[in-house]
Formats: sequence, structure tokens, C-alpha cells
Amino acid sequence: MRIFATYNIKGGVGKTATAVNLAYLAARDGYRVLLWDLDPQAAASFLFRVRPRVKGGGKALIAGKRSIDDAIKATDFDDLDLLPADFTYRNLDLLLDAGKKPARRLATLLAPLRSDYDVIFLDCPPGISLLSESVLGAADTVLVPLIPTTLSVRTLDQLTDFIAGLDGHRPSILAFFSMIDRRKRLHREIAEQLPGRRSDVAATAIPALSAIELMSVQRSPVTASAPRSRAGLCYRELWQEARQRGKLPDPPSRP
Amino acid sequence: MQNALREFVLDDSQGAGDDPLPLPLPGSRFSWADGDRARALRRTWLDTFDWRLYRSGLTLEQVSSRGLSQITLTGRDGEVIAAQAVSPRRSGDATGLVKWPSLLGALPVGPLHEHLIPVVGVRALLPVARAVSRVHDQRVLNSDDKTVARVSVDRMSVTFPATAAAAPRLSVRALRGYQAQASRLVEVLAAIPGVADGTQSALEAALAAAGRRPGDYSGKISVQLAPRMPAVTAMAAVFAALLDTLEANVSGTVRDVDTEFLHDLRIAVRRTRSALRLAGGALPASLVRAFRPEFKWLGDLTTPTRDLDVYLLGFPGMAAGLVAGTEQELRPFRDHLVRRRAAAQRGLARGLRSARFSRLTGEWRDALSEAASGGRRRPTAAELAASRIARAHRRVIADGSAITATAPPDSLHELRKRCKELRYLLEIFGSLHDPAEQWQAVRELKNLQDCLGEFQDTEVQREEIRVFAAQMMDERTAPAATLLAMGEIAAGLATAQRQARSEFSDRFRQFASPASQARIRALTRAAAA
Repeated sequence: MRIFATYNIKGGVGKTATAVNLAYLAARDGYRVLLWDLDPQAAASFLFRVRPRVKGGGKALIAGKRSIDDAIKATDFDDLDLLPADFTYRNLDLLLDAGKKPARRLATLLAPLRSDYDVIFLDCPPGISLLSESVLGAADTVLVPLIPTTLSVRTLDQLTDFIAGLDGHRPSILAFFSMIDRRKRLHREIAEQLPGRRSDVAATAIPALSAIELMSVQRSPVTASAPRSRAGLCYRELWQEARQRGKLPDPPSRP
Repeated sequence: MQNALREFVLDDSQGAGDDPLPLPLPGSRFSWADGDRARALRRTWLDTFDWRLYRSGLTLEQVSSRGLSQITLTGRDGEVIAAQAVSPRRSGDATGLVKWPSLLGALPVGPLHEHLIPVVGVRALLPVARAVSRVHDQRVLNSDDKTVARVSVDRMSVTFPATAAAAPRLSVRALRGYQAQASRLVEVLAAIPGVADGTQSALEAALAAAGRRPGDYSGKISVQLAPRMPAVTAMAAVFAALLDTLEANVSGTVRDVDTEFLHDLRIAVRRTRSALRLAGGALPASLVRAFRPEFKWLGDLTTPTRDLDVYLLGFPGMAAGLVAGTEQELRPFRDHLVRRRAAAQRGLARGLRSARFSRLTGEWRDALSEAASGGRRRPTAAELAASRIARAHRRVIADGSAITATAPPDSLHELRKRCKELRYLLEIFGSLHDPAEQWQAVRELKNLQDCLGEFQDTEVQREEIRVFAAQMMDERTAPAATLLAMGEIAAGLATAQRQARSEFSDRFRQFASPASQARIRALTRAAAA
């Protein structure tokens, strides 16, 4: 089982779009996939038409009083399940803080799912908090969407330093440019130069495309509704890169 | 995807058209949405000839679709126990599709193989039904337009054992986390006229459409006798049932599908011969005189192959018991047995394809139906059973009691034959007896038979191994190490024989105990009364 997390301190950079599309593509490739919508805004749950509610809320899940297994919902797509968001997730920091070893808590909760899933995606809310630390403690690979600006690149540096300073488990980072506007010179320059200079920046970039924004209207990943669109192809390329960086073994053959 | 939550069968009012979906869902908030494209599945259900999987509540099915093939073992509730992907045969592909019938060894080692071994044993897996299913999936959405269940319609055309169309089957599968909504959908569907609960599995439905039912063969005698029926009618029914078993196993024996076809065939012949000798008096004497030599011929025809089968089936155990020799050193011996068996099998197949064999079975069946229709009303089946079982029992007790510690081996061999006769009589007339008493009586007898069987089999095998060694010397196929290992096996057989001999008196004492004797007497008395 490999765990990917989509994470950035900043909001509105394409974390959920990435998690949803990559999770869908992983399932299409034959992996058994779970996506955990950790963001109380519940965008991923909304996209999959799953009601953002978990019985007992985040408290029961984090405390282990309610099995994660019971809260999982199938999406409309084969091999892709969702652990929905819940509005109580806004308190996840406090809930984690109340328990032992908060930084390892998510890893511990997800461990029993090892036999059920090949790949887990964690779609995280923005910010840097105890929850982020717990996500970094569970993830094998952190996918970091970046808008190509100088400040964004600075946040990537901060994140890299933060992970380097962690004790024990340290996930690998795969940053990629998201929401690129080719009409902006700065976007073009940064997006072209940085991948050559830094090995943790993916060669694939996701442009700002209306097809991606339309996902919230169609309530479906663009990779499912328009797999051959430019957006669909870009996400496919990004998934290939993430698969390689995450050293994901081939999916089990299941006719 | 989960197991089917519920299965339905559509009658002509709902299932006659090309596409029964979407069905109306009145008074509910559910709606239909297109699922995957319709797909065709080629299905083959596999079992042993004697339905070992079906009798154990297991279903083994190979499904092929779009160039992919998978064999799946499921339990009583349709839960998947093990599955194995098999790819279509390509040149140079070692894991091609298995051709059925096949022994378990043809399946790749893995969980499926592991689960099947204890149930299937030495029997081959063979197709018991084949069908092509055209499956059309639809999704059922809730008021959020979220899929909560998948419903598929399976229109199955059975191609084996006969060509037939099965009624369309509709199965509802809940999506994970939506069981409650899917259960409500099931209630809605169940209320639609023309939609009935599907009580049969797909295999049962396929077989029913083709006019067969699963579990319709068993090597056991399954003839139902009534105590007051004329003995001649009862015996004709017993012989006819034994002939059915015999004939059912001919094709598998000739094609050498697995060793148990011959085993069952041979037991049917032995039972027939014993019944002719012990209770044949109920039939016209001329009939018995005419057929006894023919069944002896048939019995003798089957002996060489079966003896070699017993040797080969026990070979891994013998090889594992070697202390000084190695399995590798025994290999030439095994090769020798395999060659001998191939030659014996050719002779057996020739015999079973001969005119003499067809004449025997054809004329025997005609003679039985003629004998059953006429004849005397007395003795009754129960009277015949009581007298014959009592007589056979008396002989076992008398012969067994005469065996002392110094008695020659032949006396044990003779006693074994008497025990077999008693056993066959108990089994033939089993339907006349109280089942619990009958089971206990057979169990006590079997305990004695096992000991006598071990004593004689080890003696026969010890003699045979000398013959085999001489043959191999003549053929110059016996390295010294092989002969030494064979000598070790012979020594092991002698030890096993001594052990069986030492256990005999205890086993016989148990069998001849007053309680056991009273049981046999009560058994026959109750039937005769």
C-alpha cells in the first residue's frame, strides 16, 4: 500500500482536483484506491456525490471508536472508494492533540487498510498544523501543487526544510506546477526553469483550464468525463510521474 | 464489488424482450442510469464426476471475457474463497488455459489449488455445465444522483449438457456504504409483478434449463427398497442400479480421466458379483448361471489397471517412508509402474469397447427388466435381506473365531472375503434398515475390514514388488540403488503386515462383541417384521 497526500500550505492551488483525478486514474489502472477527503470544505466528497458525513464525526474516527472501514463509501467508479469529509474535521488538530503520538496517528489508523487497498490518497486542507504533520507522518509521497510564483517556490522551500527536520518517517516530495497561465511571462519562466534545477519538481505541469473548473459542475473527475482532453492527458502524465516517483508496483492482474 | 445482495428471476411478462431494463420503480426516489456496455461471458462450471464440490457447498466457475479468463471458487453464499487468473493459450505461454477435464495438478500452485486439494483429491475436474451469459449492467441512483447499487440482467444460453435458454436473472449489488438504500431498492423490485426471488444458483439454473440437476451421480447404492416388495423385484432394482453406476463410469474409464472412474466401475462389478452369489437365488437360476462368468470376466479385466493405480496412488507415501533409499532412486520403479499401467489401460479400454462388453450390459439390462416384471411374491425383500445377512454374519463370526495366532495368512484372506460379502449385503439392503443402526453396523464391520485389508494388501504388494523387480531386471531398467530402495519398501510392507496381524484379534473381538452381534440381529429382525 502506498500513500500519496496532496498538500500545500496555500489554498486554491488544485489539491483536490489533483487528488480526485489521480485517484481515479489509479483505479482505472487496476489499483484498489481509497481517497480520504480530510478537508471540512468537502470538495472531493461533493465531486463524487457522496454526502459529507461520517457517523460519530472526526472524533470517533481519530479516537478509533469507530472503524474507518464502516465510514468508507464506494464512488460511482470501480475500485475507487471514498472516506468522506465531515464538518467536524475542522477540529482534527484538537482531536489529534488530545491523543498519543499525534504525528503518527493517521499512519496508525490507515495501517489496517493495507490488505484492502493498493493506493491511498489523502486530500488535505490548506495550512500547516498538527493535521499536516500527521499527514506527512503517514504519506509516502507528498504531491505539492504550486502556482508558479516566487512566493510559491518559497513555500516549497519551507516545506522541504520542514520535512527534513522531521524525526523518523520522512515522505518524498513531488511538487508540480498547477493552474499555469501561459499568457503570464512569470508563470512560463518559472515553470520552464525550475524542474531542471530541482529534482523534486515534476516535469508535468497542469495548466489552468476551464475543463478542470467545470468538474464541480459535472461532479466528476475530468479524467473520467473527458479523458482525452488536454486536462485529462496532463493528469495522466502527472500520474505516470507520481507512480514512478512513488515506486508503485504494477497493479495485480484482475480480469 | 460486493456479493449480490439479492437475485431475482424474470418471468415472460418482464424478461421476454431483448432488454428487460429499466424496470419501472414506482413510488421510489430511485432512478436508472446506464452502466457499462453489455458484455458476453463464456462460463464453464467445473466439478468432479461425483460432485464433490457441489456436495461441499462449493462452486467452481471459469469465466472468460474479452480475452481474459478467471477461475473462481465460491462458497454457499456466493462469497469468493479463491480466484486464479488464467490467460488464453498463446504460443510459448506456459500458463495457458487449462483444458478440461484435468487433474488438479494442471492448475498453477496457489490459494485456489490449496483450497481444492482436500475436496477434489485424486479426482479430475470436468465441465458440468457451459453457458454464454449476456450481461447488461445498469446503475441505480439516489436523489443525489449518486450510484447506490448496480443491477445486472443476465440472459444465459446454456450450451452444455444440452442447449437451452435459462430465464433472465437479475442481480442487485449494493455499493459499499449504501447497503440500506440498496435494501430498499430490493423491496421495490420484489414488489414488481413478474419479478420472483431467484432461489437457484446460476449453476443450478443452467442445469435445470438443460434438464439435469447437480449431485445426480454418487458411487453409493441409492436404490430405495420396500420391505414387502418381492425379493425378485428388489434384486432386479439393485442390479439395475449397479448397472447404472457401472455404465456411468465406462466413458471416464476408457478416456482415463481419473483413477476413480475405474474404481467405481470395479466396485459396481464386485457388488454385482457378490449379490449374484449371495442373493442371486431370487432371480431365475438360468440367468444367474449365464451372467456370473461374464461379470467375472469383467472383474478380471479391471484388475491389472486398478492394482497399478493403487500402487501409483500410494507411491508418494511409500517414497516418503524410505529411510536409507531416496525418492530419486525409486524413480525407475515408478517409471516401470507407469509403463505397465499404460499397457494395462490399453487392454482395459479395448475390453470396455468390445462387443462382449456391450452384449453383457445390454443383455443384462433386458434380463433384469424381464425378471422384475414376473416372478414370485415370496420371499419378500426384507425376508431375503434378513436371511442372507444373518447367514453372511454367522460365517464371519465362525471363520473369525477359528483364526488363532498361528493361523495361516490364507485364513485371514478368506475372512476378508466373507466380510466384504456381509458389507455388500448391508449396503444393498441398507434402505430397509434403521439408518442409525445401519451406519453403526457398517462402521463396526469397516473397522475389521480395514485391518484385514491392510494385512492382505501389504502381502499382495510385497509379492508384486518381487515380480516387478524381476521384470525390471529382465528389461535391464533396474539400477542397483533402485532395487535396494524397492527392498526397503518390501521390508516396510512386511512391517505393516505384521502390525495389521497383531491388531487382528482385538479388532475381531470388538466386531464379535455381544452388543455388535445383537445389532445385526436386531437390524434384520426389524426389517423382516
